[in-house]
Amino acid sequence: MRPTSEDDLAALVRSAPGPLRVQGGGTRGPLAEGDLLETGGLSGIVLYEPAALTLVVRAGTPLAEVQAALAAEGQRLPFEPGEMGGLLARPGASTIGGVVATNASGPRRVQAGACRDSLIGVRFVDGRGTVVKNGGRVMKNVTGYDLVKLLAGSHGTLGVLTEVAFKLQPIPPATATLILPDLTPARAVAAMSAALGSPFDVTGAAHLPGTGTLIRLEGLAASIAYRVDRLLVALAPFGQAVVERDPAAAAALWQSVRDGAPFQGREGDVWRISVRPSDGPEVAARLGGEVVMDWGGGLIWALYPAGMDARAQLAGIAGHATRVRGASPDIPAFPPEPAPVAALTAALRAQFDPRGILNAGRG
Amino acid sequence: MQMPAPDARTLGRKPAIVARLREVLPADAVIDDPVELRAYECDALAAYRCPPLAAILPRSTAEVAAALKVCHAEGVKVVPRGAGTSLAGGAMPSEDSVILGIARMTRVLEVDYADRIIRVEAGRTNLSVTGAIESDGFFYAPDPSSQLACAIAGNIAMNSGGAHCLKYGVTTNNLLGVTLVTMAGEVLEIGGAHLDAPGLDLLGVICGSEGQLGVVTEATLRILAKPEGARPVLIGFDSSEVAGACVADIIRAGVLPVAIEFMDRPCIRATEDFAHAGYPDCEALLIIEVEGSPAEIDEQLGLIRTIAERHSPVEFRESRSEEESKRIWLGRKSAFGAMGQINDYMCLDGTIPVSALPQVLRRIGELSAEYGLEVANVFHAGDGNMHPLILYHANTPGQLELCEKLGAEILTLCVEVGGCLTGEHGVGIEKRDLMTVQFTPADLEAQMRVKDVFDPAWLLNPAKVFPLAASAGRRGN
Repeated sequence: MRPTSEDDLAALVRSAPGPLRVQGGGTRGPLAEGDLLETGGLSGIVLYEPAALTLVVRAGTPLAEVQAALAAEGQRLPFEPGEMGGLLARPGASTIGGVVATNASGPRRVQAGACRDSLIGVRFVDGRGTVVKNGGRVMKNVTGYDLVKLLAGSHGTLGVLTEVAFKLQPIPPATATLILPDLTPARAVAAMSAALGSPFDVTGAAHLPGTGTLIRLEGLAASIAYRVDRLLVALAPFGQAVVERDPAAAAALWQSVRDGAPFQGREGDVWRISVRPSDGPEVAARLGGEVVMDWGGGLIWALYPAGMDARAQLAGIAGHATRVRGASPDIPAFPPEPAPVAALTAALRAQFDPRGILNAGRG
Repeated sequence: MQMPAPDARTLGRKPAIVARLREVLPADAVIDDPVELRAYECDALAAYRCPPLAAILPRSTAEVAAALKVCHAEGVKVVPRGAGTSLAGGAMPSEDSVILGIARMTRVLEVDYADRIIRVEAGRTNLSVTGAIESDGFFYAPDPSSQLACAIAGNIAMNSGGAHCLKYGVTTNNLLGVTLVTMAGEVLEIGGAHLDAPGLDLLGVICGSEGQLGVVTEATLRILAKPEGARPVLIGFDSSEVAGACVADIIRAGVLPVAIEFMDRPCIRATEDFAHAGYPDCEALLIIEVEGSPAEIDEQLGLIRTIAERHSPVEFRESRSEEESKRIWLGRKSAFGAMGQINDYMCLDGTIPVSALPQVLRRIGELSAEYGLEVANVFHAGDGNMHPLILYHANTPGQLELCEKLGAEILTLCVEVGGCLTGEHGVGIEKRDLMTVQFTPADLEAQMRVKDVFDPAWLLNPAKVFPLAASAGRRGN
């Protein structure tokens, strides 16, 4: 099924006899059971006002198309969403709806917030087949409950997104990435914390084994020159940093972090673990294998033996671990929630999708 | 403005309810004396008042949970209250409700500069969060203008913004976790010092739910390193359209100021009479603030000057010192006070797409003339969050009603051009009955279903946010 209008989609959901697998490009997250419901027929930019930093776009629009339209005006999605197709060996084209449904957020999340922070409006069809809107196209809006946040990261289990609205960011004219070689995870997190705790507005802090510890600055040219100098001094205790000033070379590094590139095509499961940054080195130590750290140490991508439970190694560390690649009959991909939270979550899903037909078992 | 008829059974059981609350709370934490209760009869929307059945002031999450269990068992409504600074009536009680104030819960529980978080009890005031960390070079970004008085709990309930949210976002963008007590008295930990939710983003829907989903007793907040410096520039224009165009050009050029404030002529004149900030007498005035080192500030202000000059400003005043910066901000910061000197006023809070600014200002001018009530405009221009101030005389019979009618027309206009009823103050009782202008019945139903999950009996702050007719079946009266 590939509806081409919101009304058609609503009718399809209303009349669906059983579970639906809601899919944009099918490049993210585990695939649910059920009849395939594709969103690609709901495509295209509805409204783009560069002077207001606002974009409204249909959910099935390819991410690449959105990014190209924004780049033509010197703007971008602030949260730097990654492409998971390479890591998961899925050939499809990521859609903007899939980005929202998984709250996909890249390295800039530490400074500009997650997808859910840039998302200012949604339209969706809930499991009853009812069209609902929330938020809108303005940046500041506290009118009623914030279902926008609730839909972001809901993996299509509350409703099928039909339209999403974002606040945007101008692409800064200059960028530089400081690269500190050869730090242990603990020293890397200490360096990243020092950088993120400085007044120099760091927009990315990651640890990429084999390359080094990366600190990104973005802004006006003279300001970048100044901040690079200041950060070199502040980070001197961690060694002599190399400064990558070529935008294309720097972008390739950050794309590698963003998309889990070091683990593409490799044997094993991939886990994505969110903890407080100072717990990052402990997570790396307990898992033992190869890790990439992003978000100043707060996000750990780990390559882990297939079918093994990385979560079991992390007892006592606050946060959450999701298996983004791999499968196991016994180990759930998504982390089990504490009972009272799980009860709320289940009750919310039952309210939006009483028949439990939308992406059942996902999220 | 209507409130539901109070529940007679609850009113009749007041002594028993108070006695049960006294069993689980210290003696000084339960207030039932009618004179003392007057302190809780309204918030900053002072036009509407109603003393509550009782007020409780717990000192811990455990006490909050114990008290809520009692209220839940008794079927008594509860109205959570931070510092009582809501402009929307978010903390206004009903006669049959218990006010749950958390002003006694103000401790800092944890500060971690390496992880850039602070955990506080939610009764702590906004400014004192920054106060606890600023000597170490950090701050908490959301800065509502009531920040000296308002509590973090209220900020979370209303998803408060502030002048600097253009760069730093509003409360929801700076909130990492909460301890939430449900109406049934269950204590939940949602989020924490790590980022993002593993499952549904409950934190995201709790923030901005106006105290209807649970009582937030503790919060983990993101903190940031203070910028090296900040400096404003004041730019005057002889038309609002041109000022609006200048804002659009600055945003397009890729400069991201921390604040862009806008004042129109009625507002400039009133504040000038009151604060003598030395503002030019012009049609529209922008105050734009940028941050960074002195050289970075110069670079950004240079760009802003180049853009502004294309729009032939009547004045371009760049601050060169701390003293000049203060003078530039003086008028803006005293705008509400100045209005209060000359009149009673009602402060609206709608947001519009920035591109609709000239059209909306023109229409507000027309409406103002039609109603015979002056409207002064001061607002956050970078994000389209308007604060039209309608001036009226509260003592003249009929003027409050006329003012409310004009307010409703202006907010409807905001929605019609693609905006919303409230950008940072919240719905409360004030905009409750306008919700149908912005939302379909299905939109409201989806929101109310969330409350059904957290508070099935609709006991927490029930007569707010949703039009009474829409929520009637759920509230039970």
